[in-house]
Amino acid sequence: MTWTLPAASDIASSVDYLFYAMLALTGVVALAITLLIIFFAIRYRAGSDADRSNVPTSSRWLEYGWTLTPIAIFLGIFAWAAVVYARFYTGPADAMTIFVVGKQWMWKAEHANGRREIDELHLPLGQPVRVMLSTEDVIHSFFVPAFRIKQDAVPGRYTMIRFTPTRAGTYWLHCAEYCGTDHARMGGRVVVMAPAAFAQWLQQGDSSSLASRGGELFRQKGCSGCHAANSTVHAPDLAGIYGRVVHLNDGRTLVADEAYLRDSILLPKRDVVAGYEPVMPSFQGQLDESELAALITFLKETR
Amino acid sequence: MSYLTEGFTLRSWLTTRDHKRIAVLYMIAITAFFFVGGAAAALIRLELATPAGDLVSAETYNKLFTIHGVVMVWFFLIPSIPSVLGNFLVPIMIGARDMAFPRLNLASWYIYVLGGLFTLAALIAGGVDTGWTFYTPLSTQFAEGNVILVIVGVFIVGFSSILTGLNVIVTVHRLRAPGLTWFRLPLFIWAHYATALILLLATPVLAMTLTLVALERVFGIGIFDPALGGDPLLFQHLFWFYSHPAVYIMVLPAMGVASEIIPCFARRPVFGYRFMAYAILGIATIGFLVWGHHMFVSGQSMYAGMVFSMLSFLVAIPSAIKVFNWTATLYKGSIVFTAPMLYALGFVGLFMIGGLTGLYLASLALDVHLTDTYFVIAHFHYIMVGGSVMAYLGAIHFWWPKISGRLYPEMLARIAALTIFFGFNLTFFPQYLLGWLGMPRRYHEYPPEFQVLNLLSSAGAAVLAIGYLLPLCYLGWSIFYGKKAPPNPWGATGLEWQTASPPPQHNFEDPPRVTRAPYDYA
Repeated sequence: MTWTLPAASDIASSVDYLFYAMLALTGVVALAITLLIIFFAIRYRAGSDADRSNVPTSSRWLEYGWTLTPIAIFLGIFAWAAVVYARFYTGPADAMTIFVVGKQWMWKAEHANGRREIDELHLPLGQPVRVMLSTEDVIHSFFVPAFRIKQDAVPGRYTMIRFTPTRAGTYWLHCAEYCGTDHARMGGRVVVMAPAAFAQWLQQGDSSSLASRGGELFRQKGCSGCHAANSTVHAPDLAGIYGRVVHLNDGRTLVADEAYLRDSILLPKRDVVAGYEPVMPSFQGQLDESELAALITFLKETR
Repeated sequence: MSYLTEGFTLRSWLTTRDHKRIAVLYMIAITAFFFVGGAAAALIRLELATPAGDLVSAETYNKLFTIHGVVMVWFFLIPSIPSVLGNFLVPIMIGARDMAFPRLNLASWYIYVLGGLFTLAALIAGGVDTGWTFYTPLSTQFAEGNVILVIVGVFIVGFSSILTGLNVIVTVHRLRAPGLTWFRLPLFIWAHYATALILLLATPVLAMTLTLVALERVFGIGIFDPALGGDPLLFQHLFWFYSHPAVYIMVLPAMGVASEIIPCFARRPVFGYRFMAYAILGIATIGFLVWGHHMFVSGQSMYAGMVFSMLSFLVAIPSAIKVFNWTATLYKGSIVFTAPMLYALGFVGLFMIGGLTGLYLASLALDVHLTDTYFVIAHFHYIMVGGSVMAYLGAIHFWWPKISGRLYPEMLARIAALTIFFGFNLTFFPQYLLGWLGMPRRYHEYPPEFQVLNLLSSAGAAVLAIGYLLPLCYLGWSIFYGKKAPPNPWGATGLEWQTASPPPQHNFEDPPRVTRAPYDYA
């Protein structure tokens, strides 16, 4: 029986500080109220000789005090927790991106160089990681308690969570969102390795990289027919698209990230780039999650 | 002649329009459902005594927690205090002869029973394994089993909630006795009034949402299916827009009960009456604005998460105010530790722990780790069982002489209250630790390092089961053999204690007139 949970990511210790601060605060409040109730219960039990003159029935100052004090404390905790929360979703641009797909009842991971694994996830120590989550069926949730991270994988979109592993070792990977019969068995382990060992591990296997597979798909599926520089069709040039600010023809602007690229492939009518006609066909149903990941990685790397 | 002796035939009960008899009908029905849901919980705890999934199959386990949730939420907790004690007491406490719409009141019971029959039929036909939350696309495209049957059951029972809510609102507005101004109302009435508003405003959203799920499942209409342009998160927004306020449907009436019992047995007025009433309205209002805190890791925008987190901290404020005021109500009291008082004090303590641990879940970064783990299970059981069920049992004991006209064996009742308190904490406190250590919820089997805590929890469930069976036995016994109760056995001040036990059919021989503030214990 272990009574502590390893803190194996950069964010884990921040979450733990917050937890222990909450434990101290709520512990003190709970103890104070409990002791007060017990004290009153004994002192003012029926038949005791305690002084009961001038029973107070209300006090404006007490009420304001015990309303405003918790508000102040709560807003402080809210802000603290929100700042830590933002770190799950914002961070360095050069973080290593790994595509993880949930499926009843397994986790499939794909690294940039094309190495795939199921119900395991190997990670290098000290390297910022972004996990891009998607699902082939129902909602799942990617949960690594030792990292204090959890993120749902939702049909029809990418979700993302960031962290940096800070301790080598093997940790539980669970599915935390109920997903059907074998929900409890959906999971495996996360293995955090020294960078050199990880690089070595990554080279085993002979699959081609996501970007090169994506490049092939870009031609095979006919994307290049319109999006190539010399194409006769009026379509946006995709070189260096990733991370760029995109102006849409309904006036909105957004940053081209994985979620945008995914939507543009599957739901091309949704976010049409300013100055272009909505002529692109949807590739819904023609690309699986792995092919999407390959295409998007290819687009990220075209300059 | 009391309401109980107005007629002895089954027909006289099943066609009654007397709010007190309808309350008794509700009590019988929800007690049956409580033990159905409890049996499912017992099997869940038995399964979890060992890490391996050895007692029931994964599929059966999933059906067990689904039926436990569906039955306990919609067929026990939501109707528990409002439909039993609210039905019995709201008219009497405000000096009325009956509810505003007696026929509608009876209809709401029949609707409840009809909804219950659909749900039981689904259970008998093989159950359903979506979880009580019916998340799409699991419920619409993947789950097998009787999803539609259960949805129909819950849809129907929603109308019973809506009608009860409507009835209470109109009754409180229109039928108060002369002199009974809003700020002379007992807090029990304030709590039920606020609850009724939530029932009326939130339940239709549940009905619409479940209708959409059923349509999507049968016809594939594409509201929630991204392949057809829908969005699974839309379901979660709609579902929690109802289901979060539903938590306050369960706990506000419990607060009302505590506010009656504590002043009575502390023999002094409730502390900060007006702030207690405002806090009830505050909870009912802000409670509608926090649903997104169920979705901090769902993929909703980070900024939406921040807004919902802040509002969730704010909704805790009125609850904190209430705990402080109940505590202050003991100051300079003259406290008697009867069984109802033990339940009420237990309620305050357990609700406080449930509320404080809710702050962990409102804290964004902490929620990421804790959500969908046993920490959440422990948290909401502290609110709903430690809070609502303790208060329900306290209320049943407190008003039992009024309802049945009999006294129950006091010593046995105190032993039961303490057994339940101990069993409850043994069952659910270890689950906080399990959650922090990373055990996900809805797991049929689990890593072996979690066994010690799970075993403690299962042992607690056995104690809790005994605790719940005790009142069933001695209250049942007291109906026939209990000492006859005087009109006001506790020396309490509410209008319900100024009429006979049990009350006559129309509640009062002479219509009462109110000239004082409530809780006039001096």
